[in-house]
This record gives sequence, C-alpha cells and structure tokens, in this order.
Amino acid sequence: MIIINAKYIKNIDTENISSIKATIDGQEMSIPLSEDNRHYAEILKQVADGDITIAEAD
Amino acid sequence: MSDIKIQPSATGSATVTLTAPVTNTARTITFPDSTSTLLASDGSAANLTAIPAGNITGTLPALSAANLTAIPAGNLTGTVADARISALTSSKLTGTLPAISAANLTNVPKDITVGGRKNMVINGAMQVAQRGTSETGYTTTGYYTCDRWHHDKAAATGTFTQTQEADAPDGFKNSLKINCTTAGSSGDYNAIQTKLESQDTAHLAYGTSSAKSVTLSFWVKVSQTGTMQFNLIHHADAGSRQISYLYTISAANTWEKKTVTFPGDTVRVGDDDSTQGFYLEWFLSSYGGRTGSAVQTSWGAYNNPARFEGATIMIGDSTSDTWQITGVQLEVGSTATDFEGRSYGEELSLCERYYHRHKANIAGAGICAGTIYSTTAAAAAYRYPTIMRGNPTLSYSAVGDFRVLYTTTKVVTAIDGIETVSGVRLWFTSSGMTAGNGMMIDANNPNCWLAFDAEL
Repeated sequence: MIIINAKYIKNIDTENISSIKATIDGQEMSIPLSEDNRHYAEILKQVADGDITIAEAD
Repeated sequence: MSDIKIQPSATGSATVTLTAPVTNTARTITFPDSTSTLLASDGSAANLTAIPAGNITGTLPALSAANLTAIPAGNLTGTVADARISALTSSKLTGTLPAISAANLTNVPKDITVGGRKNMVINGAMQVAQRGTSETGYTTTGYYTCDRWHHDKAAATGTFTQTQEADAPDGFKNSLKINCTTAGSSGDYNAIQTKLESQDTAHLAYGTSSAKSVTLSFWVKVSQTGTMQFNLIHHADAGSRQISYLYTISAANTWEKKTVTFPGDTVRVGDDDSTQGFYLEWFLSSYGGRTGSAVQTSWGAYNNPARFEGATIMIGDSTSDTWQITGVQLEVGSTATDFEGRSYGEELSLCERYYHRHKANIAGAGICAGTIYSTTAAAAAYRYPTIMRGNPTLSYSAVGDFRVLYTTTKVVTAIDGIETVSGVRLWFTSSGMTAGNGMMIDANNPNCWLAFDAEL
C-alpha cells in the first residue's frame, strides 16, 4: 500500500483520538484504530519501518 | 378265529375277480379293524382328508411351489432369505419407513449426504464485484474487482488490469481475469488470494487426530502451458502451516478444471476468531524470495521459499500474460462435488461482512440522517447491512459528492468516521450551518458512494 498524508483525527464532541485519516493508493480513507483492520496494521508496519509518520490531530 | 366273508352285490351284474400278483413269495393282506372302504391305488387321494399333522413327515419332493397360490398374508412369516427385492414394483413400496438409524447406508454419493452449505469459499463464482468490474494499471496489493479476491503483489512484479469477465466455463457466468500490461522484472511475490476467518475453519479439527481433509476444485484459464503452484496456508498464532499443489496447464487459453484433496493437519490447532485462518493462494510469479526450497506436498511449517518453487510459468513477465479463474470451491471431505451455486443475494450478503459499498446512483438519494452539531459539523449514524468482521475502514467518493440537507443544502468539504462492527458515526464538515437542526445527508450527484472495508 502507498500511504500518504496520515493524520490522527479527534472525535469532534469528545476530543479523543478516534481514527486516522490517510490517502491509501490514491483513495482518502478514515481508518479505525483497530489492530485487526488491515489498513491500520499496514500503517503501523510502515511507521515501524520508518517509511511514514502520522501527523498529530488538529 | 375271525372269518372271511366275500359278499356279492345283490344288484350288480358283473363279476369281481381277486387276482394274485406274479410272485413266488407268500403274502398276507391284513384288513383294517374298522368298517370302511378300500381306496383305489391310482386315485386322486381326494379321500385322504383329516390326516393328522403329526403323520405328515419326511422330505418334500422338489416341487416349484408354483401352485401355492392364495396363501394368506398372515401365514407368510419368518425371515426372507435372498428374496427378489430387485423385482419389487415401485407401487408396492408404500407405507412408513421404520425408525432405523441408516448407520449401514454406506457408499451413498456425497452429493446426497452433504447438507447445508458446503463451499467454504465466498464468491467463488466471481458473481459479486462491489468495487467495480475493472481496474486498470495497478501495481500494488489490493482488492480490485471481485469481492473477497485479493491480488497480493510486490510492485515490481508488473502492472496489471483486473476485470470481472463474462467469460466462464459452462455452469458459470463470471470469472476473475488479470492481464499483464507492463512486464515485471523483480519482486518477491505475485499471487491471487482469498482468505477465510479462522472461526470458519475451526470445524476442521486441525491439530487433532480427527483433522478433516478438504478438497479444492476450481476452473482456470491461462495464456501459456506449464506448471503452476497453489498454496493452502493455515495461518495460526502458534505458527502457520503450509501445503501445496502443483497444477498443470495443458492447453493455452482453455478452461481446465483442477481438483486436489489436502489431508487434515494433525499438528497445528487453528485459531477460533475473526482473524485469518486459511488463505488460498494461486501464486503467479516470483523473482526471488519465494523459491529455493522444495515444494511441500504434505503439511509443514510455513515456508516462504517453497511458495513458488514448483512453478514453470511466470504470469507478469510478459504483456501477453493472462490468468483467469472461477468456480472455486473448498469443501470438507475427499470428493470434489458439484459447485454449490448460491444466489447473487446470498453471495452479496456473505461478501458484505468484509466489504460494503453504498452507491447513491441518483442525485438527491438519501444516505443517512442525523443532526447539525455546530455551524461547521453535522453528525449522522449509518448502519451496515450486516455485522462486519471488524471495525472497517471508511472510504468515500469526492467529498463534494455529499450534501447536508435541511432547510437548505450545504456541500460537504470533509468526512470523518468513528467505525464499529455494526455501524459508523459520520462527521460531515461544511460551513454556515445552523446547529440544532435535523438533517439528512444526500447525494450531490449520482457518483456519490460510501464504502466500508473489513477484509482480511
């Protein structure tokens, strides 16, 4: 997967981090913070490999 | 002394003669001590009535019993030996079957004995393609057309177009086709896969002495002849396992059916949850990393260098390469039975546990409803058609394809989600909205869609 523009997103009413927004293979996506989600697993892998970073939430 | 009196008939006119036989031995005939009539020796025995049953002894002559008619049914008792059951007419086969267990009904064809769902593979006939029927020019791993079918590849193994085709063998309507458009030159892996949850393979009793065999059948059509490799991977937390099957492509661009039975793996206990259990893998090419170790035709430890070792065909090293598949069935047992055809609706529902796409199709179509939370944010709940395998990834068409509709309309500028297995809270960003109003999210144009991906 080609992952760019990964950024944490806060839930608007609670201000808790709720997901990651990223563009994966050209498609904008909202990715849950769930280890059995294949996109989240790949983000964690690419972060661990030093290929990408996740921007802090606004 | 008793006397012998010979009494002539007073009314008859003929003479009765007592004749001695031709013999040299003295004979004595003793008359019965009763008043009766002597029977003629060549008579019909019609007068032999009331013979006591105890006096009927000895061996019956070898008669055919053809004249034993009208025997009362109640007298036909005992055990039937070698009866001519095969000559029974169907009209005589009536009544209620006794409550027997059928334990001795052996060698019954499996198609009769297998009940319920037998094909463990979802969308094996390539009917469902929610993402679309064609994806051109891709190089990376992904799910592109037919639901549940994954192209796992290193980018350098080539550029491909993937399509859901109407070309299929008799009995099928669709197939999955990949076509190389730019030849690859390197890269470890290039394979078509479909994956099953571990809880859906737990009934195979792997890791026990009762581990069950499974039989795979599929139709394949390839642009060149030679040998290709299929791998069945049993993914388990305690260590994955692998077994392989080499299949021969005998004729180019011709549908061929392949079947193989894999024994149960008695070594590794499978997991029992919503994570990967089996993945079925048709390896297409490798330029290294998936060769160099002997092909495992019996269960062994997961072994990357054995995943492409037996293949002689490379799909993706030439732009003339195509590979096509349909009719994929994995079933318990050692017999490949007919493909289990399922309706489109059934297959779609099974696919939606892993991927669901909501297409608006027309401008103004309602998608979900909620409330305006602030001047810039509206919240809505969306419920999937079925519980998904895990919390899904949300994707969507261009944000401008969505509108917030209340007393006016506001075009959406951003979308976020909080995803769970049953539904999602969606946040739609716009501007100039009036907080506190109810609202509906609708399609700003027919291209509007939302999708949820919980694939393995």
